[in-house]
Amino acid sequence: MEQLLYTAEVVVNGLMAGVMYSLVALGFVLIFKASGVFNYAQGVLALFAALTLVGIQQGQVPFAHLINAITGSHLEHFGWTVPSLLAILLTAGVMILLALAIEKLVLQHLVGQAPIILFMATIGLAYFLEGLGDIMWGANVKSLDVGIPQGISETAEAWTAQLTGYGFFIDRLDIWATVIAALLVAALVAFSQYTKQGRAMRAVADDPQAALSVGISLRFIWIMVWSIAGFVALVAGIMWGTKSGVQFSLSLIALKALPVLMLGGFTSIPGAIVGGLIIGVGEKLFEYSIGPMVGGATENWFAYVLALLFLVFRPQGLFGEKIIERV
Amino acid sequence: MTLRFASLAAAAVLMAAGPAMADLVVPHLSYRTGPYAPNGTQYADGFNDYFTLLNERDGGIGGQKILTPECETAYNTEKGVECYEATKGDAALIYNPMSTGITYQLIPKAGADQKVLYTPGYGRTSAKNGKVFEWVFNAPANYWDGASVAVKHMLEQEGGDVNGKKIALVYHNSAYGKEPIRTLQELGEKHGFELMEVPVDPPGQEQKSQWLQIRREKPDYVILYGWGVMNQAAIQEAANIRFPMDHMIGIWWSGSEVDVQPAGAGADGYKSLTFNGVGTDYPFYDDLKTHVIDAGKASQGGQYVGSAVYSRGVYAALIIGEAIRTAQELAGSPEIDAAQLRDGFEALNITEERMAELGLPDFGQPIQLSCENHGGAGMARLQQWDADEQKWSLITDFMEPDAEVLAPLIEEDSAAYAQEAGITPRCG
Amino acid sequence: MFYREAGDFKTTYSDDSQTFPLQLDRMGYYAVLAVAFLVVPFVIDDYWATSVMVPFLIYAIATLGLNILTGYAGQVSLGTGGFMAVGAYATYKLTTSFPDISILIHIVLAGFITALVGMLFGLPSLRIKGFYLAVATLAAQFFLVWLFNKVPWFYNYSASGQITMPERTVLGQLVTGPSVSAPAKYLVCLVFAVALAWLARNLTRGMLGRQWMAIRDMDIAAEIIGVNPLKAKLTAFGVSSFLIGIAGALFFAVYLGAAEVGEAFGINKSFLVLFMVIIGGLGSIFGSFAGAAFLVLLPVFLKNVLVGGMGWPTDLAAHVELMIVGALIVFFLIVEPHGLAQLWRLTKEKLRLWPFPH
Repeated sequence: MEQLLYTAEVVVNGLMAGVMYSLVALGFVLIFKASGVFNYAQGVLALFAALTLVGIQQGQVPFAHLINAITGSHLEHFGWTVPSLLAILLTAGVMILLALAIEKLVLQHLVGQAPIILFMATIGLAYFLEGLGDIMWGANVKSLDVGIPQGISETAEAWTAQLTGYGFFIDRLDIWATVIAALLVAALVAFSQYTKQGRAMRAVADDPQAALSVGISLRFIWIMVWSIAGFVALVAGIMWGTKSGVQFSLSLIALKALPVLMLGGFTSIPGAIVGGLIIGVGEKLFEYSIGPMVGGATENWFAYVLALLFLVFRPQGLFGEKIIERV
Repeated sequence: MTLRFASLAAAAVLMAAGPAMADLVVPHLSYRTGPYAPNGTQYADGFNDYFTLLNERDGGIGGQKILTPECETAYNTEKGVECYEATKGDAALIYNPMSTGITYQLIPKAGADQKVLYTPGYGRTSAKNGKVFEWVFNAPANYWDGASVAVKHMLEQEGGDVNGKKIALVYHNSAYGKEPIRTLQELGEKHGFELMEVPVDPPGQEQKSQWLQIRREKPDYVILYGWGVMNQAAIQEAANIRFPMDHMIGIWWSGSEVDVQPAGAGADGYKSLTFNGVGTDYPFYDDLKTHVIDAGKASQGGQYVGSAVYSRGVYAALIIGEAIRTAQELAGSPEIDAAQLRDGFEALNITEERMAELGLPDFGQPIQLSCENHGGAGMARLQQWDADEQKWSLITDFMEPDAEVLAPLIEEDSAAYAQEAGITPRCG
Repeated sequence: MFYREAGDFKTTYSDDSQTFPLQLDRMGYYAVLAVAFLVVPFVIDDYWATSVMVPFLIYAIATLGLNILTGYAGQVSLGTGGFMAVGAYATYKLTTSFPDISILIHIVLAGFITALVGMLFGLPSLRIKGFYLAVATLAAQFFLVWLFNKVPWFYNYSASGQITMPERTVLGQLVTGPSVSAPAKYLVCLVFAVALAWLARNLTRGMLGRQWMAIRDMDIAAEIIGVNPLKAKLTAFGVSSFLIGIAGALFFAVYLGAAEVGEAFGINKSFLVLFMVIIGGLGSIFGSFAGAAFLVLLPVFLKNVLVGGMGWPTDLAAHVELMIVGALIVFFLIVEPHGLAQLWRLTKEKLRLWPFPH
């Protein structure tokens, strides 16, 4: 009985961790679906967004270190702090500007190139943003606080204790992440189903040539998609940044999203969520049951092996579009 | 192709120009970028500022200025090796790469090139044995000392008996994190506690299953050997499962301000080992303020002065400085080479009075090294985090590690290295 | 004016299908080889060997290996770091178990072992394609790194899990260990690089290479015209892993001398080598060398210019360096999406007509 409860706790926490992975995976899916670009820079985008958010919130002077090094001044802070909500809106604005710049300077020149070339352009972008983020806001760890609570949820613990005799550990941050992810997905689905721009986006995803011929502006769609992906990166950055501080390592969460993508399919938003949940539960359960026997730290590879096993049976991922090949 | 040759040619010109020949060159392999930058930056600042102070206030050591040409490694072994090769020609005396991975690369190389390698609190533990590791010094303390002192602290807390207790080691799954396992196993046999190993793969932002395991198994103590984001995540998760913070002890590399700050009030009471003082309540910092910070010469504007890792950088520089001074006295001339510096290290004797003279009373332990002993007494003390005051405070005196357990382990590991590398033990 | 084919008469078919059909190219090739073998070893110093030439040659071999898989056979792989680790650990185990056998033989054997492992992990490629395959190979990457980290047998039960290369000699000359001379280190890598480039060139223009390219261009069509996809894909994985294994062996034995699997052969290595392949040019031997040169030399060059030349603070320089590398990648893509190799080809085309392009 006790074993069962422990396992149930692991499953619940695995589901929650899966939601956190899904948040990152969503950004990949959006861009891949609309433009066929595998955006390697998505993780760095999340880092950049989180850095910018903290920077704006705390009134840091951007490029302070660079300015100080050149002019010998001692700038650091403007001396004001910005309320969280306003800071988030401003950061979203910065992400839109970034999307504009990326479209103008990079993507526009690469229209119609092979997917691998666009992939590579995002590698260059990742390098660039990595350097830019650090130069703008400095490389130290920043704590991010936009008012999302953290720590064990006592209600959940008391409730489960009453029900089963064993209090489950559930992180309040994870509960928030789940709610936010649900809202985000609902908003994205509503946007793509019921608005003109959303329908245009789907049309481009379906057949870019046909979409162009009925007068949909590809440039506009690309800017829009990158802006939305930037916003999703901001949400992921907030959640992960709250968890362990904003610093370079935040960009490495992209690695956690890749098996999710693989499993859910590169082109499906529900796939990113379901894939995240499966990966989250799978890796936590494996670490819990088999991990101790083989020495632990299995999560990193097990997520990929799990995804690999799924792919052998469904090469396009769970929800990916069926690959039809013709000669 | 043309581009490549052009760049090579340009690089060659720059190489030839090189830094101006200085008197005492201490190449500074630092990392201010990459995943471990937050700690690396503070350490590098402390290291730089100490030597800047010596140069500004005393005109160097023995009248010789000290140069610390900085080279960015990003905690990456390849870049570290590149930095080593780039700087070793210019009369470089000593290397302090601040990375266990790079240290392992440099141990054989430094031996072959006859450069001193100084790895305070990190690197290869068995380098304490000077009979085998002629060119490597790791005073004042190493990873095994840390593990032993942590256990000692637990013994004190438990009234001298940890029999039947359970201790979890949460570690960075790399060479660094694996170091204390063997020691803790031996100590477990001696004191009768049960060791639970919990590896975390770097980078380690996601540690949910590890901490669920700890919540289930309820160990009495947690020892943390983490680095970078893994520290912040571990302390946060420990706070989340309401693990009693004063029963969680980090190694010194898990004990900086940036590790505990993101967890906010939850981190209150967290303990970590240290072998140097923290804060600016030392006379030394008055001089530093006058000669370095106010003069605008502080590394990066001096924003981290007094932090735990900054202080450790200062301390590392201090020991190197004292070794240089000792070497100058032995050699009878202010100009020394790396071999003379090694002799200086082996004759190093930093007493409490000397620390007070340097303006840092009770900042570190007395250090006396010899040909056999390259690691000092290996003492460490504990500091505790106060989340309201946002600062560390020292809560114990220096404690000695359990030499009875450690000495045979060091002997064994260094003998294995000697055999592998074909080294005949020295020191008569 | 000088670079032209007029007057370069071919009288046999083999003349016509040689690697360098133009005389000037041939001479250039021999000149580069001559300089590499006869001049460089006498002038190279420690810094140039350890920081520039040796990593460049080793990465060139790894890039060549991945290029065979990705550029010629069309299978994107992100398992390079893991396969390099197989080469490194195989060398380590072999040379510590059989110290009397020449290290060169061990390195080649390590290549074969890696080839077997690579073929094993290549099996899913029969079902999984494109980016899905790339991510699937990450399973190999993470699993192998975990394995070498976890099983003490692989690192001979050393306390920290590091492996250290003992000293080994070739023809009485030290080639591994800390006291190796710069020319010895360089020459070992050069010999392997040239031999493997020669092997790669000849494999890719033979029947095997044509099969790979057929699979790359459209695997179903290739199957219909009689190319066995199982054989083609697995040989591509095998040959590619052979090269990558040798690169890993050299990386550990000659270049680093000591290695820790997570740090030396982590996921970053896989990405780095893939970047080299793409930047150099998919499906090009020259591109493999150019890509490796670009990503090994550019950061070193920029660092020396910014820190050594202009005296910038090192952190600022490191960040600006990242930005410049990133911007250059994007810039090259916009100018020429098919990599440095294509840029080189275009330059040669233009040179042929210069100075009378019309």
